[in-house]
Amino acid sequence: MTKPEAIHAASARPNTDLPQLYRTMRRIRTFEERVGELFVRGQSAGSMLHLSIGEESAAAGFCAHMQDGDTFTTHHRGHGIFLARGADPNRMMAEIGGKEAGYCRGKGGSMHIADMGLGHLGANAIVGGGIPAIIGAGLAARHHGTGKISVAFFGDGATGQGILYESMNMAALWRLPCVFVCINNQYGMGTRIDQATANAVLHERAHAFGLAAETVDGLDVEAVAEAAERLVAGAREGRPAFLVVDCYRFYGHARKDKSPYRDATEEETGRRKDPVAFARAALLERGLADAAELDALDAQIDAEMDATIDFTIAQTEPPLSTMFRDVYAPEEPEPEPVRTRIDRILARA
Amino acid sequence: MALQELTYRDALRQALIDSMRENPDVIIMGEEVGRYGGAYAVTKELIKEFGAERVIDTPISEPAIIGAAVGAAMAGLRPVAELMYVDFIGMTMDQLGNQAAKIRYMFGGQIGVPMVLRTQGGTGRSAGAQHSQSLEAYVMHTPGLRLAMPATVSDAYHLLRMALTKPDPVVFIEHKALYTMKETVDLDAEPLAWGKSAVRREGKDLVIVTYSRQLHYVMEAAKKLSTDGIEATVIDLRTLNPLDFDTIREHVERAGRAMVVSESVMTAGVAAELSARITEECFDYLEDPVVRVAGEDIPISVSTALETGSVPGPQLILETARKLLGARVAA
Repeated sequence: MTKPEAIHAASARPNTDLPQLYRTMRRIRTFEERVGELFVRGQSAGSMLHLSIGEESAAAGFCAHMQDGDTFTTHHRGHGIFLARGADPNRMMAEIGGKEAGYCRGKGGSMHIADMGLGHLGANAIVGGGIPAIIGAGLAARHHGTGKISVAFFGDGATGQGILYESMNMAALWRLPCVFVCINNQYGMGTRIDQATANAVLHERAHAFGLAAETVDGLDVEAVAEAAERLVAGAREGRPAFLVVDCYRFYGHARKDKSPYRDATEEETGRRKDPVAFARAALLERGLADAAELDALDAQIDAEMDATIDFTIAQTEPPLSTMFRDVYAPEEPEPEPVRTRIDRILARA
Repeated sequence: MALQELTYRDALRQALIDSMRENPDVIIMGEEVGRYGGAYAVTKELIKEFGAERVIDTPISEPAIIGAAVGAAMAGLRPVAELMYVDFIGMTMDQLGNQAAKIRYMFGGQIGVPMVLRTQGGTGRSAGAQHSQSLEAYVMHTPGLRLAMPATVSDAYHLLRMALTKPDPVVFIEHKALYTMKETVDLDAEPLAWGKSAVRREGKDLVIVTYSRQLHYVMEAAKKLSTDGIEATVIDLRTLNPLDFDTIREHVERAGRAMVVSESVMTAGVAAELSARITEECFDYLEDPVVRVAGEDIPISVSTALETGSVPGPQLILETARKLLGARVAA
């Protein structure tokens, strides 16, 4: 593990549960490492795997203040958020592997994972594509008086998409219970944020629409959690918000990307911004845990996540007969397969 | 209920009112739908009865209007998103084609997107190249989206009412030239089922398959053909997805000749798909090639003459039918 930056927030924070936040982040980190391993072992369906290593604090910190019944959408780098909202790692890994036991029966994969039971309205492979859904979910929450919020998680790359601004405007105009969480990992694929915008102080854009907005340092998961607590409370009362979590994408855009567009020094510095190592050091420093306890926890998480790989490999792919299912509602006829149609046409007299 | 005279516009409006009274989760959102009453007045004064929380005026943000409708539908509402002109559909294609259409499938059947996208298209108002198109092929080309295009006042009412009970996203394309068309209708009469085409006229010599405003041009042409001694069967598709091909097949097999009439452009359009299917599936019964009468492969002009010339009309349909049957029907 890379040496973390100096602890500048070592004092106790009564409102955050650092051991729990550490555990969530550690599970995300380990899960993502296993996703990488699944790919290396040729067991993942496809190569479109985007890991959130280095960004765990955004997921763990923000989700700590979401409730059952809150809804959310994520971007393509959303494994950590879903885990932090309570996903079953086995069903997640199975979905990433394109297996029938996955959350979406193997049809969605890493970038289209969803679970209505946990309020996950879907990960998205279109940059910014999942953002406006929270406007509708926010309208529905208000219409039904549920008191729930809807949260869009996306990366800095989505700040280049017009639909973000359309959605921010609607959220502010209609005072919806919505929060926009921009996980700024500094890169949209291979383009650094300062090469993509002249003003990289991203939360200022939200101020322009009248949203409560701030930026937190993603090194410190407690800072993220505290900001989330403030903004979520406001959103529940109809004050939509925008949070930027500054972090660093430790690895390439997707599994095959070795990041040739950035140099080793930058990566070395960037990886020092490690929220997991930072939280661990803080736990030790404050006496909230000792090294042996943390080692035991880490080992337990390693075992849990190792099992997800075994589980996934043991699962079967969805049967071909499911291919035409769920294009339309179950009570509707399935589309006619091309082969059936060809045979029918060529079988004439 | 008694017969009443209604316009296409009023029938649509009545369908929205009845659906909203029946189901408190039906909401309308779009540009100018509330205070203004809709660019074509379909939502006129709905805001008075249902309030601004259910008839929501939006900013001019087509992608987010459709995207918000997707989220609302997933979260338990029954949104009607109004897209003022179908020409703006390109703005929304990600939310419509990548999100609404695919969510049920991508998520393994966990949830559908029961929304209606109401819009209007077609020529007839000298509205120019960006406000006059017939873009239904974009929708028909996207699995997961249902597509309804009413041609009559009665269908305007019933198809919209039915669309608002469907489990999947429905794109509902009205024709701008039909809003003032009147019909005497009994809205309580049992409508033809969703997904069934209507045989508007029966004749032994050829089948003309059409939908939306072109139905009226086809009927006009069919009447004139009848005085020539040519009797046409006219099929109004009503919904293009689901597509009722069984009715087409049945009639084409009987008549042996078919024409497809569509206002959308010829190349890779709806008429192309229909023509291909008729050719493939009714090949042994066809005595002549299936002829497409469709929009020219050009943009629509503001000039009334050029605009009218760009799309099929009664005369072209009539001439085409006469040529198709020419040699075989004794003068």
